[in-house]
Amino acid sequence: MSALRELSREFDARRAGLLVRVLPPGLYAGRARMLVMRSALASRSVWLAIVSGFFEPLFYLIAMGQGLGSLVGTVSGPSGQQLSYAAFIAPGLLATSAMNGAIYDSTFSFFIKLKYAKLYDAMLATPLGPVDIALGEIGWALLRGGMYSAGFLGVMLTIGLISSPWALLALPAALFVASAFASIGIAATSFMRSWQDFDLVQLAVVPMFLFSATFFPLSVYPSAVQWLVQAFPLYHAVSLIRSLTTGVAGWSALGHVTYFVVMATVGFMVASRRLTTLLLR
Amino acid sequence: MSDSLVQARGLRKRFGEFEAVRGIDIDVRAGEVFGFLGPNGAGKSSTMRMIACVSPRSDGELQVLGMDPDVDGPQIRARLGVVPQQDNLDVELSVRDNLHVYGRYFGMSRAAVRVKATELLDFVQLTDRADDPVEQLSGGMKRRLTIARSLVNDPELMLLDEPTTGLDPQARHLLWDRLFRLKQHGATLIITTHYMDEAEQLCDRLVVMDGGLIVAEGSPQELITRYSTREVLELRFPPGAEASWPETLRDLADRVEQLPDRLLLYAADGEAVLAAAHRRGVQPTSTLVRRSTLEDVFLRLTGRSLVH
Amino acid sequence: MTGESMMLPDRKPVLAGWAAVFRVVEGLWTWYSRNWRATVVSSVLQPLLMLVAFGIGFGSLIATSTRAAQATGGVPYLVYLAPALLAVSAVQTAAFESSYPILSSFKWRRTYEGITATPITPGQLAVGQLTWIALRLIMSGGAYLLVIMLFGVVRGPGVLAAWGFAVLCGMAFSAPLVAFSAAQEQEGGAFTAIFRFVVLPMTLFSGTFFPISQLPRVVQPLAWISPLWHGTELARGAVLGTLQPVAAASHLGYLVVLLMVGVQLTRWQFGVRLTR
Repeated sequence: MSALRELSREFDARRAGLLVRVLPPGLYAGRARMLVMRSALASRSVWLAIVSGFFEPLFYLIAMGQGLGSLVGTVSGPSGQQLSYAAFIAPGLLATSAMNGAIYDSTFSFFIKLKYAKLYDAMLATPLGPVDIALGEIGWALLRGGMYSAGFLGVMLTIGLISSPWALLALPAALFVASAFASIGIAATSFMRSWQDFDLVQLAVVPMFLFSATFFPLSVYPSAVQWLVQAFPLYHAVSLIRSLTTGVAGWSALGHVTYFVVMATVGFMVASRRLTTLLLR
Repeated sequence: MSDSLVQARGLRKRFGEFEAVRGIDIDVRAGEVFGFLGPNGAGKSSTMRMIACVSPRSDGELQVLGMDPDVDGPQIRARLGVVPQQDNLDVELSVRDNLHVYGRYFGMSRAAVRVKATELLDFVQLTDRADDPVEQLSGGMKRRLTIARSLVNDPELMLLDEPTTGLDPQARHLLWDRLFRLKQHGATLIITTHYMDEAEQLCDRLVVMDGGLIVAEGSPQELITRYSTREVLELRFPPGAEASWPETLRDLADRVEQLPDRLLLYAADGEAVLAAAHRRGVQPTSTLVRRSTLEDVFLRLTGRSLVH
Repeated sequence: MTGESMMLPDRKPVLAGWAAVFRVVEGLWTWYSRNWRATVVSSVLQPLLMLVAFGIGFGSLIATSTRAAQATGGVPYLVYLAPALLAVSAVQTAAFESSYPILSSFKWRRTYEGITATPITPGQLAVGQLTWIALRLIMSGGAYLLVIMLFGVVRGPGVLAAWGFAVLCGMAFSAPLVAFSAAQEQEGGAFTAIFRFVVLPMTLFSGTFFPISQLPRVVQPLAWISPLWHGTELARGAVLGTLQPVAAASHLGYLVVLLMVGVQLTRWQFGVRLTR
């Protein structure tokens, strides 16, 4: 737990300096790590749910890598090299799990805390402000996503699906991905009225998972569809991480990173503004 | 066969080792409002659930509307109206849909339910909210809707488990008013409550329950006459100062009760006791002479205060 | 409000058995007719998207593979997958409908308590709830089939049989799960565990996307206990016309037994929980 505390404090400290200066007082108390701590405490009672999240991509990797892989033989990688099917989908699954973890925490559980548990109303009775809440929740989603990603990378390494030291950068890349999705998730959830609106989340997440070159290369699509797929954030996540684990990282990686920086920033700004309207009206 | 709507003899309910109801006798007559008064855990709700035919008795006899709940549960429930302690409305349906769906569970035709729902919405003053989702109603409105729902089958006997717990005073009075009207129309009501004022307002007859047993039975006025005096003198002292006074005052009243923050002196004439107390040099921070209530009855019977 | 007849016991059932069950179904239908929108994505659109992604997208990768042709028995991957995803989606919809909503109706919304305060018994409520889930599977399966038939992916009378098999398969999983959900006092991660460690592996390893013969020999028997494997074999066999009578009877037998046991457990558990 103390390592966790250190991590979250560091995470806070880096942002606090800048944010305290740019945000009006009352919205940010520089204590977002308290929320991360709360989430860590609360997670102890649902540890099974947390731990089990690690197995989801693993099951996919085993089933699809082994089962479908036996049908398909090899697939062309980012630079045209031939990859085993498992090595092709593993980075896609890593990106997907970073997205799913972040989306779950920032939509479903965030909505329950916001609307039903009234958790944030209680927090605002303390010096904490809406920005602390937004940052704290994004921070927790990030920690959780980071743990899953690290575990999955370990598995990939063990079974020989990593062919380059560039793969080390896949972990921070996954964190970029997770923070972008978490910010957008919180921003979107702040607009939702009832649990019925969550089908819209499904509607965004499921097609992205299936069509973002996760299970088959972009080249199978007609060119018009290729353009559409390249607009999906998950496509950028998959491409970025796949280029790192297969060792063909180039300048295009920076383009993907820029995509996520913009996405995270926009999401965070919208989320902070919306939470302020919702909680401090 | 007796002429009671509910008749229990030696009724018991056990949950494993714990015995929630430990042998009670009750008779509820047609047209009366019958109350179970007692603190949380006294066995009121367990008794209500047995009468509602959703909890089999562990021992003893029980007849509801002349039938045995263990044998004729569905037939009995068809003629009951139940208002549970916690609302179990379908919050994702509209106010009117809740009544429609519930009426259908009683085997009513769609046409009959439609007519009845309109009538009941009017009765509980929710006509203008008929098409709103239940989620948007206030606590008092939800409670009124639950009562309307329990009336959908024209029940011969209504069971209300703590109908006003958690409501604000205005909502409580509105609810009492509706229940009072039902009573005037000849309905038979069984109510549990831990509010003394509610019991006094509504009940023709009540039993006081404590620890799974009935400790007293009668009309509110009978109980007050039997277990208390006409008036009560309340004396408040600064914290810690009241401990020395009971002995000094004991002979002035029929009975003296010492509560954490005050002394209660039970007597026919409270003012006279107050004057005598002053003569003995007692200097309370405040004094109050009032009429006895069920609260005093309860204190006498169970040795503890009910609402704290 | 006082009845003249109140002292006369009236032993005629208020609602005969099936009438009571259908009143429960009607109540659930009323709820669904106001709240159906959110279910379309997960129970109809999701399997269609999966079919497009794997059947067409992934399918194009293996279109010329002889190994793939061997594994699928020579049929195009899209056709191989279409009936299997019908069964998968039945199981997934069943899993969702049989978990959170059940616990919630006992614990948070307490609607079951309201229903059993009427002449309807816990047993009738249990059967009504299961009947409703079956209806949901019939509806969403029908919508999926309609779309894939319009696009000409599959055709023929076998499709109707596959529809029935998929619903049976979903219910064989639903009934025991409803009994399990009815026994839960707290959410406490039980459902997350079910979804992650039962539903997902079942989806992936039941011969849906590839024959279980592609799996290591030691794990193949695991698929035999999965209702989805039996459902997939039945549905795919019916559509492709490859169903063998003996195999079909044993798959059917397994699913029917699972369903029967589940229904009895559900009725018993509803009785225990609603009359204590």
